[in-house]
Amino acid sequence: MNLFLDALAWLTDPAHWTGPGGVPTRVLQHLAITFAAVTAAAILALPAGVLIGHTRKGAGLVGAIAGAARAIPTLGLLTLLGLALGIGLKAPLIALIVLAVPSVLAGAYAGVQNVDTAITGAARAIGMNPRQIVFQVEIPLAAPVLIGGLRAATLQVVATATLAAYTADFGLGRYLFSGLKSRDYAEMLAGALLVAALALLLELLFAAGQRLAAKRIAAPAHEKGAAESDSPREKEPV
Amino acid sequence: MNWLSLNWPQVIELTRDHLLLSAPALLLSVLIAVPIGRLAQQRPRIGGALLGAASLLYAIPALPLLIIIPALFGVPLRSPATMVIALTVYGVALLVRTAADAFGSVDPRVREAAVAVGHSPRSVFWRVDLPLAVPVLLAGVRVVAVSTVSLVTIGALIGVPSLGTLLTDGFQRGIPAEVATGIIATMALALLFDALLVAAGRALTPWATIRHERPLPQEETT
Amino acid sequence: MIEFETVSKTYPGQSVAVADFSLVVPSHRTVVLVGSSGSGKSTLLRTVNRMVEPTSGRVLIDDEDVRERDPVALRRSIGYVLQHGGLLPHRSVLDNIATVPVLKGTPKRRARTAASELLERVGLDPKIGRRYPGQLSGGQQQRVGVARALAADPNILLMDEPFGAVDPIMRRELQEELLRLQAELHKTIVFVTHDIDEAFLLGDEVVVLREGGVIAQRGTPAEILGAPADDFVRDFVGADRAERELHITTVDGRSIAVDGTGRPVGVLAP
Ligand SMILES: Nc1ncnc2c1ncn2[C@@H]1O[C@H](COP(=O)(O)OP(=O)(O)O)[C@@H](O)[C@H]1O
Ligand SMILES: [Mg+2]
Repeated sequence: MNLFLDALAWLTDPAHWTGPGGVPTRVLQHLAITFAAVTAAAILALPAGVLIGHTRKGAGLVGAIAGAARAIPTLGLLTLLGLALGIGLKAPLIALIVLAVPSVLAGAYAGVQNVDTAITGAARAIGMNPRQIVFQVEIPLAAPVLIGGLRAATLQVVATATLAAYTADFGLGRYLFSGLKSRDYAEMLAGALLVAALALLLELLFAAGQRLAAKRIAAPAHEKGAAESDSPREKEPV
Repeated sequence: MNWLSLNWPQVIELTRDHLLLSAPALLLSVLIAVPIGRLAQQRPRIGGALLGAASLLYAIPALPLLIIIPALFGVPLRSPATMVIALTVYGVALLVRTAADAFGSVDPRVREAAVAVGHSPRSVFWRVDLPLAVPVLLAGVRVVAVSTVSLVTIGALIGVPSLGTLLTDGFQRGIPAEVATGIIATMALALLFDALLVAAGRALTPWATIRHERPLPQEETT
Repeated sequence: MIEFETVSKTYPGQSVAVADFSLVVPSHRTVVLVGSSGSGKSTLLRTVNRMVEPTSGRVLIDDEDVRERDPVALRRSIGYVLQHGGLLPHRSVLDNIATVPVLKGTPKRRARTAASELLERVGLDPKIGRRYPGQLSGGQQQRVGVARALAADPNILLMDEPFGAVDPIMRRELQEELLRLQAELHKTIVFVTHDIDEAFLLGDEVVVLREGGVIAQRGTPAEILGAPADDFVRDFVGADRAERELHITTVDGRSIAVDGTGRPVGVLAP
């Protein structure tokens, strides 16, 4: 247990909370790259996923992408891009986007595809055009699952952003790698605890958001949303 | 390719290391997750808490977990044990939900009929629940197998040799071919695991495959 | 002999499913419990093999309270057939039939041979023994269900709407088959159905139940048809329907009640 005490001592040392290498800066960096990667992935994958779910064409493609994504070692993607693009933020950012896309795509696709055809049929019958069906019927009803995909992507990216510090001086992963190099276990463990805490916090926030979406948007009449149980969990622990 | 022709003995050795880390972790995951999943399915109240805990465990990123585990279990950081424990934690976290779903997928009427003709609780589990849960369970094990094999590579960052070593070594020495070899070998190993599991599934569930191949008409009215 | 002694059952958080039910099922006889859905038939049946424990009252088999028996051993000694066959989908037909003997420790090979003979006995080609239940028709599955119930040669057969999910023609065949089997085997059968025609055809004695497992009338098919106890029974047996104008014919030395359309509806007790 005194390993944890050492880590706690490291964490409570005011010196570690200021300056460019301080905890607040690192946390902000970590969050910023996560946000940037997930946003980019969402811009790329959400429309595609919704479209595939709406037309129900290309489902096999989504499955194949999700399967392949699971098999690719993230560290491999990161190092290969690192070699190709050099030290810096570009390589990890691209890697993170690539890793986030399958989850977002799968969530959007599964959410829209699972919307009851009777409901979309009824929407068409009362005179909605395809655009209205997508935006006013399918997306709201798909919201919990769609957010589930974003949740999986975010967790994946937060985790992988830790590894990004292997090829760039960025984010909370830095503490882990510098601790590993100098065999400073307290620093390493403190960094690990910070990342874990950040990931858990985001997970809980997303779970709450998903539940809210299920309650307010997809099924306002029901008290309990079933969002959590059927969200796609495509994230890989990295 | 040139790099591979010069270094294939090392690749083979690392593949073996990779296998020796992922196979035990996968086995342990199944052995631990199946009873927990069964409990979760039978006692929904405990089950909800268990599944929630599993989902939180799963949210912890891998490299931090690798560093936290030695502090918790007292194993050395750069040891295969650390790696196997971490992989098992993820495997279990992923599999308990599937295991619970798998037992939930067993038709309660079949289970009840088994009790009615005189299966003891133990034989209901071994002869009815478990075999009937295999198809769903196996789907989950396949996901875990592939992600476990891919995850083993992270161990290279703390110095546990595996195919991941090719990734870190190739990066540090600037040899893209080495990194590419690491990626391809890891994915090939994942595919191999998957193919083996599919074959095992076929062998274990003859009734499921036969039914798909030759459906016969049924007159169900209720 | 099975005796229900003032059996009551209230499921937790529900109203009374069965109240103060008493009945004697004589050995080697077929007694049919008939009533609409929810009248407590299954509940009563399941108290016999302790799938349901009565809230009060007792069930005796040959004067022994079933609560004295180990439930697992008790169930292995009683044949049970359900509406959906309840066959194990992952076991071959032969292994399904051999289930109870194997559970009781009979060597697998011997149990399978016996199972194969039973297949013939219930009117099936022994060749289908190697198939899985999912490859059989509903009627075939029900026959396998009957074979499984007979495998351990029990004295008692409990049948819970066993033919409820098959089409009418198949149901007819299965009913005849059961009559034929019973003529050979002389089991003590408690048969549950919501189909009054089936009850009259199969039962030596028929017990008409109302809501809550209350006996509206019991007697032979002829007695009930001849003198319905009240409007409820009259309504239930459809005694007013034109096609219920019964007459008696004799077939193979047995008196058969035949309705207006020429369909046999019951065998009159000798
Ligand atoms: N396991 C159970 N839990 C709660 N209520 C039950 C259960 N089984 C049956 N019941 C209730 O008991 C009543 C009688 O059911 P049942 O014996 O199945 O009737 P039947 O077989 O005549 O349709 C019904 O109201 C039913 O809802
Ligand atoms: Mg019933």
